[in-house]
Amino acid sequence: MKYASEFRDGALARKVAAAIATDCEPGRAYTLMEFCGGHTHTIARYGLEDLLPPAVRLVHGPGCPVCVLPVGRIDTAVELARDHGVMLCTYGDMVRVPGSGRESLLKAKAAGADVRMVWSTLDALRLARENPDRQVVFFAIGFETTTPPTALALKQAKAENLKNFSVFCNHVMTPPAMRAVLDDGEAIPLQGIVAPGHVSTVIGTAPYQPFADRGQAMVVAGFEPLDLLQAIAMLVRQINEGRPRVENAYVRALTPEGNPKARAVIAETLTLRPSFEWRGLGTLPDSALRIADAYADFDAERRFAVPYRAVPDPKSCACADIVRGRKRPEDCKLFGTACTPDTPIGSCMVSGEGACAAHWLYGRHRDPSQRRLSA
Amino acid sequence: MSRRLFPQPLDLANGRVDMSHGAGGRAMAQLVSELFAAAFENDYLAQGNDAAMMSPPPGRLVMSTDGYVISPLFFPGGDIGSLAVHGTVNDIAMAGARPLWLSAGFIIEEGFPLADLARIVEFMAGACKACGVPLVTGDTKVVERGKGDGLFITTTGVGVVPEGLHIAGDAIRPGDAVLVSGTLGDHGIAVLSKRENLDFDTDIVSDSAPLHDLVAAMVAAVPEIHTLRDPTRGGVAATLNELANQSGVGLILQEAALPIRPAVRGACEMLGIDPLGVANEGKLLAFCPAERAERLLAVMRAHPLGRDSAIIGRAVEDDRRLVQMETEFGGARVVEWLNGEQLPRIC
Repeated sequence: MKYASEFRDGALARKVAAAIATDCEPGRAYTLMEFCGGHTHTIARYGLEDLLPPAVRLVHGPGCPVCVLPVGRIDTAVELARDHGVMLCTYGDMVRVPGSGRESLLKAKAAGADVRMVWSTLDALRLARENPDRQVVFFAIGFETTTPPTALALKQAKAENLKNFSVFCNHVMTPPAMRAVLDDGEAIPLQGIVAPGHVSTVIGTAPYQPFADRGQAMVVAGFEPLDLLQAIAMLVRQINEGRPRVENAYVRALTPEGNPKARAVIAETLTLRPSFEWRGLGTLPDSALRIADAYADFDAERRFAVPYRAVPDPKSCACADIVRGRKRPEDCKLFGTACTPDTPIGSCMVSGEGACAAHWLYGRHRDPSQRRLSA
Repeated sequence: MSRRLFPQPLDLANGRVDMSHGAGGRAMAQLVSELFAAAFENDYLAQGNDAAMMSPPPGRLVMSTDGYVISPLFFPGGDIGSLAVHGTVNDIAMAGARPLWLSAGFIIEEGFPLADLARIVEFMAGACKACGVPLVTGDTKVVERGKGDGLFITTTGVGVVPEGLHIAGDAIRPGDAVLVSGTLGDHGIAVLSKRENLDFDTDIVSDSAPLHDLVAAMVAAVPEIHTLRDPTRGGVAATLNELANQSGVGLILQEAALPIRPAVRGACEMLGIDPLGVANEGKLLAFCPAERAERLLAVMRAHPLGRDSAIIGRAVEDDRRLVQMETEFGGARVVEWLNGEQLPRIC
């Protein structure tokens, strides 16, 4: 499998890890945040923390789109499906995220709501065409990576004059979340950030410059284990040099300017929300997108009266602290007891990119002192 | 000349199943007689009674039942009818048994094309014949339009275990070798590729096949086999977790030893799913004492349905009953049960 297996070469990974260990200066700590949930997943799946020297500490970031959506937004989706009789189309992970009272789209579906799992916005458009007598709502979530498909779906719906299609838009943006993490006075001080690879294919690398100017080493990385190790090696060198800047370790997918066409479609169809509630990060100004006025007819929040209500996270759930890097999954007292992938309480346990799900799947049986199979 | 029972033959070209085909009247009798009885013809069915009467051979009998609700009904490499035969034959075979008889229940949705039903019955009868296992009794019900999804089939099988075999899910012992009879994930990927909302191009076909003949060769050569199981729903990951719990052992796989077709690997990569969680319908996992593993592997590879067999791991003592995998990357990871359906990645 070209472009995948080459980046999973264990022997080469150990060489890169050894080079990182050599580069680490004695007495110096390198605390790095991997922003993206996809990175968290790779780190856990391949046990990368076991390869790294103790001086390098990785902190999980908030870049898991399912995890950062607050309970109130899940409740609205459930309400749309349950009380407004719409056909609600959603990406897979969202169906299991619990809202208030542990209600979820999966449970609403079992109780009779029409919830459809789709693989792309094209499926939602198709369902709208095939069911002209039904209102079809696409539950749009995600960072800049999944925003262009939503924007294109809006354009397509308008071009086709699809009267029964609308979008419940929950798209969020990476730079404001990064800023919120760095502004958090209680968070662990970071020296560098592994920046998201796929988000950057859309927004480019310029949006990270302000963080480099604030003293953060910034390296954009792909999602295979060697991608991450390479990025960490570059971050360690930047920190040693004392010259924080934005570097690209994902050259096979990413050019510094990103994708201007995708950004143009987003700019045409979506616009900034003055404020948006994030799980864990609180309410952040100019951090999310809503549907532009020119496309208001396709805005589910305007078509159906679904006012937003903020709802606190379940008691004892540490997702809020986990998405901003203050806690690790194993610090949550619900982890593995009340909260498991089969009975999730918080969103971090649901998404394949969630820190808790990654730790549950790959990390929880690992003995960090032994770094080998225990049997 | 006696009056013909059914003046008009079934319209197998354009006809559809209607409620009368399940109502117990003449239409139902005609469907059973012209379609099912004709296709599955054997002495037991010819008895014409509500219950088939068989004389069991000496030995311990095993019995298993399974419902088939697959969508789509026809998929690359198979169809619901042959799958309903293979699946139950395989469940019987996993006890080391020789399958003897099958029964089948059909739940058909009103409006289902008779042409499709006839094709499925034909494939199913062909599968029975190829397996040498007669369908001795059956049932047909029709449900209103919208109350079913085209066609559901339930089959039950009875088989007999040869003397001297003790094959069971709780019999794996630390030190046992873990073998698999061929490439993993073919069935699940073949079916997924034809799902209406997915539809990607691939040459992968389902591995749906009856395994009793392979099993007969295996138990004849290596009667010390401790456990057999076919990794269907939930794939190898679910089956191994199930067995580790049942036997009270840990299991350790070698990722590099897993036989997976490049196309299946690629499709899984694209969809963001783990091939270990994808269903198989013509593969088995076998557990035997390590010193017999090479002999068992040779026997499996000599059979047409076991050509790609491999030794993929070992059982170990482990109170936590974990399934783990030594990865090609050089680490280890837990192989977990899947929760819910495997879901697509979104980022």
